[in-house]
Amino acid sequence: MPDTSLPVASAQPVRFRGGGFTVRTHRWAALLAFAVLIAVWESTNRFGLVSALFLPPPSAVAKALGAMVADGSLWQHLKASLMRIGVGWAMGTVGGMAVGFAMGIGSVARAVGVPLVSAFFPIPKIALLPLFILWFGIGEPSKFATIGFGVFFPTVIATYSAIDSVPRNLIRMAQSFGLPWASILRKIVLPGALPGILAGFRITASIALILVVAAEMIGAEYGIGAFVLTAGNLMLTDQLLAGVLVLSLLGLAIGTVLSILERRLLKWR
Amino acid sequence: MRLIIKDLCHRYDDLVVLEGIDLTVREGEVLAVIGPSGCGKSTLLGIAGGIVAPTSGTVEVAGDTPDGCLNPVTFIFQDFALLPWRSVEDNVALVLEHHPLPAAERRERIEAGLRRMGLWDFRKALPKQLSGGMRQRVGIARALAVRPAMLLLDEPLSALDAQTRELLMEDFLALWQRERTTALYVTHNLDEALRLADRVVVLSRRPGRLREIVTIEEPRDQRLQPSAQAHLAEVRDRLWHLIRAEAQLADREIANA
Repeated sequence: MPDTSLPVASAQPVRFRGGGFTVRTHRWAALLAFAVLIAVWESTNRFGLVSALFLPPPSAVAKALGAMVADGSLWQHLKASLMRIGVGWAMGTVGGMAVGFAMGIGSVARAVGVPLVSAFFPIPKIALLPLFILWFGIGEPSKFATIGFGVFFPTVIATYSAIDSVPRNLIRMAQSFGLPWASILRKIVLPGALPGILAGFRITASIALILVVAAEMIGAEYGIGAFVLTAGNLMLTDQLLAGVLVLSLLGLAIGTVLSILERRLLKWR
Repeated sequence: MRLIIKDLCHRYDDLVVLEGIDLTVREGEVLAVIGPSGCGKSTLLGIAGGIVAPTSGTVEVAGDTPDGCLNPVTFIFQDFALLPWRSVEDNVALVLEHHPLPAAERRERIEAGLRRMGLWDFRKALPKQLSGGMRQRVGIARALAVRPAMLLLDEPLSALDAQTRELLMEDFLALWQRERTTALYVTHNLDEALRLADRVVVLSRRPGRLREIVTIEEPRDQRLQPSAQAHLAEVRDRLWHLIRAEAQLADREIANA
């Protein structure tokens, strides 16, 4: 006899209470939100609600961007900024990873490094640009130094924390099988720390972008930061916003490159 | 291979964990270590395997190692300790890579270990794609690849469900039947100890001292027979009697801490 064949006097269905609190994918929502925002922005201008001088419409920004592409100035400014970001970020990253690694695996380096990093990390790096100009001159080296210095400390912290979070049981396992110290570093510590190090790259790339703009605003002829500052001084707000748009796209592009890198290197996660 | 532990003491700062342990793991025997939580079972194993330095006392090994032995004293871990970024076969290969072996022998050792554990078809899988039991089998295959003379097993079944535990116990029994590898087996599970061990060491609560060594007379391959049950029940009662009060006190100590 099946279990359900027993007679029940007044059976009632169990009420479903498990709805909500579930994240669903809404593929078109973000695109629609962007479209609505641009439409509202454009219409406020068309209907004369906001002056084009204070907030130029998206169509004017696009036109200014098109002109920059046509006369080649976009590439000129972008090239200068990318070079500064690339060199400054690489300097800060290589130095930061070396120090972070040393702090992660060496107790003396950690004892010396942690207080020093804690003391230097909170300094707003752009405040040091005048000092760097004094040391390295108004040219590129002072900008590299500002970006490099800004990238260095978060990289140290990210690398050191990432190494610290490598499961100790994996290191114990390797030791118990007699793996040499260098093999443990290469085969266990480095790959184990990679997710944390790559997460640090995401933060330092944003910092590099902020610092390049700030450094270019203080002393540069070319670069997106310099272009935005000049446009602001001349009240060319359409060009100013075109520059801001380029910066936003640059940030997006860097984020995409890092996502691809993460997908390739961290397939195992 | 024999393992001889003499007058072993260990402390973490002011906390004495192990005190006055004198113990010999005889050639070819499986010696289980049981005791209440926090009595220093895993520390004892770490010291025996040379990955924890004892505060005082000595650990020595004596006797022959099998042909091709690359790591005489080899661990099998409770949490498997597999590298999540390496495939099954690469996890096994890890422990061979620093030895100057011909490529063919390396491949042969990996394949033999994985086939013995029934994992050859899963050699390209990542650990996250395997069940808990399969992950522990990778851990066993890795241990077998170095042809150990002695296995140190740190609660190897405690992270697994009951059915998988039973299956892996059968694997261990088959392994010991065939290889006669000496083993020091830490567990908190009396039934595991009764099923797998030749002798059972009972440790007191912290600081862990050797309370008693109980010998299980029944041969391992006959312990599921009805005729063995009376003796095993007797041993079980004896072991439980030895650790019950200590386990209760240790439990209270942990709760208070």
